[in-house]
Amino acid sequence: MELLFEKSVAGRRTHYLPELDVPEAKALSAQYLREEKLDLPELSEIDVDRHYSELERRTYGVNNGVYMLGSCTMKYNPQLNEITSGLPGFTQAHPLAPEAHVQGSLEVFAKLESLLCDITGMDEMTFQPAAGAHGELTGLMMIKAYHESRGETQRTKILIPNAAHGTNPASMAMVGYELLPIPVDEDGFIKVDELRKITDDTVAGLMLTNPNTEGQFEKNISEVSKIVHEAGGLNYYDGANLNAIMGIVQPGKMGFDVIHLNLHKTFSTPHGGGGPGACGVGVKDILKDFLPTPHVVERNGSFEWNTPEKSIGNIVAFHGNFLNLVRAMSYVLMLGRDGIKRSAQNAVLNANYLRYHLKDTYTMSHDEICMHEFVMSLKQLKAETGVSALDIAKGLLDYGVHPPTMYFPLTIPEALMVEPTETESRQTLDTIIKAFKELHDLSCSDPEKLHNAPYTTVVRRPDEVEAARNPILKYEKSNAVEE
Amino acid sequence: MGTFIPNTPQEQQEMLESIGLSSFEDLYTGIPSELIIDELGIEAGKSQLEVEKILDTIADKNTKFTSIFRGAGAYNHYIPPMARKVPQKESFLTSYTPYQSEVSQGVLQNIFEFQTMMANLMGMDISNASMYDGASALAEAAGMCYDKKRKKTLIASSAHPRYKSVLKTYAHAFGAEVEEIPALENGQVDQDALKAALEDEKVASFIVQQPNYFGVIEDARALGELMADHKAKYIMSVNPLMMSVLASPGECQADIAVGEGQVLGIPLSFGGPYLGFLTCKQNMLRHMPGRVVGQTKDMDNKRSFVLTLQTREQHIRREKATSNICTNQALCALTASVYLASMGPEGLKEAAEQSLAHAAYLKSELLKIEGFEEVHDAPHGYEFVLNGPIDAHELETKLADKGILSGLPLEGKQMLWCATEMNSKEDIDELVTQVQEIMEGR
Repeated sequence: MELLFEKSVAGRRTHYLPELDVPEAKALSAQYLREEKLDLPELSEIDVDRHYSELERRTYGVNNGVYMLGSCTMKYNPQLNEITSGLPGFTQAHPLAPEAHVQGSLEVFAKLESLLCDITGMDEMTFQPAAGAHGELTGLMMIKAYHESRGETQRTKILIPNAAHGTNPASMAMVGYELLPIPVDEDGFIKVDELRKITDDTVAGLMLTNPNTEGQFEKNISEVSKIVHEAGGLNYYDGANLNAIMGIVQPGKMGFDVIHLNLHKTFSTPHGGGGPGACGVGVKDILKDFLPTPHVVERNGSFEWNTPEKSIGNIVAFHGNFLNLVRAMSYVLMLGRDGIKRSAQNAVLNANYLRYHLKDTYTMSHDEICMHEFVMSLKQLKAETGVSALDIAKGLLDYGVHPPTMYFPLTIPEALMVEPTETESRQTLDTIIKAFKELHDLSCSDPEKLHNAPYTTVVRRPDEVEAARNPILKYEKSNAVEE
Repeated sequence: MGTFIPNTPQEQQEMLESIGLSSFEDLYTGIPSELIIDELGIEAGKSQLEVEKILDTIADKNTKFTSIFRGAGAYNHYIPPMARKVPQKESFLTSYTPYQSEVSQGVLQNIFEFQTMMANLMGMDISNASMYDGASALAEAAGMCYDKKRKKTLIASSAHPRYKSVLKTYAHAFGAEVEEIPALENGQVDQDALKAALEDEKVASFIVQQPNYFGVIEDARALGELMADHKAKYIMSVNPLMMSVLASPGECQADIAVGEGQVLGIPLSFGGPYLGFLTCKQNMLRHMPGRVVGQTKDMDNKRSFVLTLQTREQHIRREKATSNICTNQALCALTASVYLASMGPEGLKEAAEQSLAHAAYLKSELLKIEGFEEVHDAPHGYEFVLNGPIDAHELETKLADKGILSGLPLEGKQMLWCATEMNSKEDIDELVTQVQEIMEGR
C-alpha cells in the first residue's frame, strides 16, 4: 500500500481551528526562524481516515484472535478498561495541577498500590516507571542506592540466570554492575550449593523470574533468597511470569525485596503495538526510602505527593503511564481476590492442556506439569525434516493465529515458547492443537511448502538481512518501490 | 465476580481430567506448600457495572477546569477527531510489538511513517520508534554520548527541572557527572559560561531546551555555531509543535534532537502515557537506543517493513548493551502520526502561531494589571514568566476556586503562564477579569 507521503497532494488540508481572534504575535527575528521547508504529508481527512483503516486491516491484535506469545501474557484486554481510562476527569487532568484538584488521580495511585501490594506481598509500590525494562532499571538503581547508603560500594555483581530476558543484563549494565551467571542444572533449576559458593560480599543482588523462563517453578526459591540475604545482597523479582501464581504464592513471601510488575501483561492493559506499557515497582520496607519521586501518600484523609527520604530521584518527567493505571485498577477490581486466583489457575490449566495434547507430537523442554507457559524444542524436527521453529511459526500465520515466541530462551535450540493465557477458550485451544499437529504432518510430507509459508498474509517473510545491511529508515522519493 | 475466563467450571473440570488431573491444586504440586497462601486480602470481585460507577466517582474527584493556562511540559492543545479515534482501533490497541512482520505491517508502516515525519520535523537524518517520555529521552540521549573518557553532561539550567532531575538520576547510574550552565538575565543560555565549561575534556555533550522551561526562545543557531568547534555533542530537547516555526535542530547543527511528543495529539492524561522521541544524525545511528523500523522487500518483492538493526539492542547485546529500552510508546507514536497527517504542515504551523498569538495577548492583558511585570526580555514561545502582585500560590488557589487552572507557581510571586490555540480571547479576557477581581477583593 502507499505511504502517507505518496498520497500527499500539495495544498490539500482539513481546517480544524477557528480564525485567530487576537492580534498575531510580534514576528520573531530571522535567527530564530525555520528556513527549511516542513516536509509533512498534505492530506484531507478522508485520505487520513482510509489510510489508517487500511493500516488497521494489516495489524493483528489479541482482540482479533489468539496470540500465544510466551513470556508476553497476551490476555484479552477488557473493553471497560477503555471506558474508565477515557473518562474526561482523568484524560483532562494536568500533571502539575494542585493536589487538592486531582484527588481522584492520586486516589488511583494509592488504591492500585494497596491492591497490588496485597497481591504480591510487598509493602509499598511506585508506578513511576513507564515500562517493564524501565522498572528493572528503577529497581536496580534502588538496590545500588541502598548499598551506597551503607557504604558497601564493593558490591558490583548481580546474579542472573543465562536464560533470562536480555533486559535483565542490560538493565544491570546501565547501573554499572557486572553479571554473575546463576548456576543452573540441565532442567533450568538453580544449583543451590554452587550458588552458595559464589555468593559473597561483592554481590549486590539477584534477579529472577519465578516461574522461570522455561515455565517451571523454582522450588528452592526460599533457600536461594536466603543465601543472597545472608551475604548482604538483595533479591529482585522480575514479574514477567506473575500471571501463573497470582493469588497462589507471593514474591514478597519468597524473599524478594524489590519486584516489578508489567501491568500490560498480568493486569490486562493493552500492548498498543509495542507500548505504552505500565509498571509497578514494589518494595519491602527496607527499600521504601529509596523509591523514585514523587510518591502518593495519604495524610489526614487526603492524598498528596511525597518525596521519599533517600529517593533515587525522578525517572520520568511526571508520574508514569497514568491512564494504564486506571485500566489495571478497573481490571483488579473486577477480578477481586477470587478472580485473580482463578485467572492464574486457568492460565496454568490452559498451558498444560496445550502442552499435554502436543507432547506426543513435539518435544517439550520439560515433560512435567508446567506453569502458565511451556517451551518446545524443534531441534529434532529440524534435524529430521529441515523444518525450523521459524517455519512452524510462519505456518501458523496461515491458520490465522499469532505464533509463539521464537528462539527464546536462548538456552534451548529451536525454541517455541507458548503461553495461551486464561482468556482463551477450550475451543480455541483445540484449534491450536489441530494446527500444530497438521503442521507437524506437513513438515514430514512437504517441508518445502513450510519453508515458503506464510501464503495468506499481505507480505511474506520480509528480508530482514537486507533491511539491516542497507538500512532505509525513512521515506525518501528515491527509496520508493513500485508495487 | 467478573473474570475474563471463557471456559465454564464444567469445561475446566473436563480439561483437568483430559490431562490426567482432578483439581486445580494438582497443577501447583511443584510449589512448596509453605509458600502457598490461603487467600488474598483484597476485596471480592465486582461486576462491570459497579466498577464503572466506582471509577466514575473517582474521576469526578478531579476538578474539570473551564480553562487551563498551565504548560510546564504538558500542554492543552486541540486534538483533531482522527487522532482521538484511530488509537482506539482494536488492532492497533491490542497488538504486541511487531515481531511477526507479516501480520504487523500496519504497526510497522506507521512507525516508519512516524520516523520519517519526526526526522523531517527535526531536520535530522533518522528517528527511532519512540522513547518513554521527553525527560527519559533526554537522559538516554546524554547516555549516547558517553565514552570511556567523556562522562560529563552539560545542561542549560533553564531546562525543565524534572528533566534535569531525570538526567541526574540516570547519570548517577551511569557514573557520569552533570553540570548546569547558567542563564543570562534575559533568560537565554550564558554562552561565555558554556565556552568555559567546554574546556573540560570530559564533557560528552551539552543539552539545551527549546523553548526553555521559562518559555524563552534560546539562540539555538548561535549555540550550534559555538558547539561546532568542540568534540562534545550538541543535544536539543525541543517542543516539536514549535519546530514548525523555529529553526529546526538540523538547522542549528544539533547531533541529537529529543523531546516530548505530547503536544502532537496526546491528551494531558495526568502526565502519561506521553511520547518521547529521539532523532539524530546518521553518524550516531549505532549509538541510538530503542527500536527502529526499516524498509525491505518480501519474498514476492513487495515493499515491506520490519524491525531492524537489532544488534544494537538489549535482547542481543545483553550485558554489553548501553540501553535496556524495548518498544515502549508505539500507540502514542501512532497518535502523533495521525495528528501530523491530519494537521499537515500548514495546520501544524497554524496551531503553533495561534498559540504564540494567544500567549502574547495573555501577556499583554496581564501586564495591564498593576503589579504584573515581565521577568525575561528575550523572545518567548507560548509560555512566559511574570512577576505577579501577590504570592503565586495564593493566586493559583484563588483562580482554581473559580474553575481556572492558572500558570504554574514558581518562586515567590513568579508564575509560568501558558496559552495555546485552546485559550480563546474570551477565555483570556475572563481570566483577566477574575485576576482583577481577586486583586480588588484583597
